[in-house]
Amino acid sequence: MDARSLSIDGLPVPFDDGQTIMDASLAAGIFIPHLCHHPQFTPQGSCKLCTVRANGRYVSACTMPASEGMEVESNTPELNDKRRTMLQMLFVEGNHFCPSCEKSGDCLLQALAYELEMLGPHFPQFYPDRPVDASHPDVLLDFNRCILCELCVRASRDVDGKSVFALSGRGIGKHLIVNAESGRLADTDFSLADKAAHVCPVGVIIAKRRGFAVPIGQRRFDGEPISRRVDWLARRRADDEEEQ
Amino acid sequence: MSNSEPSVRPATRRCLATTSLAGCFGCHMALLDIDERLFELIERVDIDRSPLTDIKRCGRCDIGLVEGGICNAENVHVLREFRRQCKLLVAVGACAINGGLPAQRNHLDLGQCLQEVYLTGPGIVHGQVPDDPELPLPLDKVHPVHEVVRVDYFIPGCPPSGDALWKFITDLLDGRTPRLGHPLLHFD
Repeated sequence: MDARSLSIDGLPVPFDDGQTIMDASLAAGIFIPHLCHHPQFTPQGSCKLCTVRANGRYVSACTMPASEGMEVESNTPELNDKRRTMLQMLFVEGNHFCPSCEKSGDCLLQALAYELEMLGPHFPQFYPDRPVDASHPDVLLDFNRCILCELCVRASRDVDGKSVFALSGRGIGKHLIVNAESGRLADTDFSLADKAAHVCPVGVIIAKRRGFAVPIGQRRFDGEPISRRVDWLARRRADDEEEQ
Repeated sequence: MSNSEPSVRPATRRCLATTSLAGCFGCHMALLDIDERLFELIERVDIDRSPLTDIKRCGRCDIGLVEGGICNAENVHVLREFRRQCKLLVAVGACAINGGLPAQRNHLDLGQCLQEVYLTGPGIVHGQVPDDPELPLPLDKVHPVHEVVRVDYFIPGCPPSGDALWKFITDLLDGRTPRLGHPLLHFD
């Protein structure tokens, strides 16, 4: 079959049948901001950070199939303004206190905020009350940082076959729960070897006794902005466990 | 004929004020981290109310740097004075921007906090919740600066580095739109 291509911000980008705009952009090394997408999992288009304009329509790049001649706009001031606003809403809905977070510097939410130059929260803070779950011997769950991307839900269900996590509630009351009578992670068969232990883009699922082994300032996005780590974003499939 | 050099006047001197509200003075320490650039700074600005000058009330200023969030009534008064007197108000650091460390008490009941700290905590004998009328009353919740007054600019970081503060201040003084790119923009 002839090589087919679409354009992203005017650049021709080849794609194969069945690929989404996100698949094609990652393969071509073009950065489109995203949080809930992970190359190993079926895309669900929930975070909306990857919203682009394809032939003039707003679509999620991670779920929209690529098509021949499609004209995609992504890195525009208008779209980046909307993305920044979405990030600000994510930040104020949870308790994202970066200075005390063990994920700081490795966090996709934070890295995107840097990338899109989010300087302040703009909206009033919610300060929700979300107790942590430190019951598991090897893993801490800090729900304060959850952005409801469902990567842990998908990983635990589709890869680990354990369905340890789920989202419960609706609208602003939606939250991450643990599949145990007690609601505690210690009462599940969750293990640090699970795929689900290594896919959280933020700092909810934290391996204990690791803390600041890699000092602040020497972490993944301290050295380079996320837009220059497209290679890493594209090959996360195999590297999550390795890098953890 | 006078042999004096024609005076080289610096560009218009600007006036700067700074304050620390519910913060740890870490952002002020970071400002001192601009090191020898402090000499250049004082060539270009007069410093009004600030912990550096110990001036207690803020006059008309061009730039107001506010460190820390809002945790008590006095913070609110100081912040409103800064907003009234400063043409540009800048929220500096994590606490000013999202409440930061002091805001970690926001999911707790204030009354119970005071009880535990001053009455029922370990090792307390003859405890008493401080009630001197000179002490500012704590607010029920800690708030970031932008929830109380309009804020013109934010400089994130805990604290922002001296380099980030210098870049921001010199951008403003030179008439550029302040911008912190990688790696000056960080939240930790």
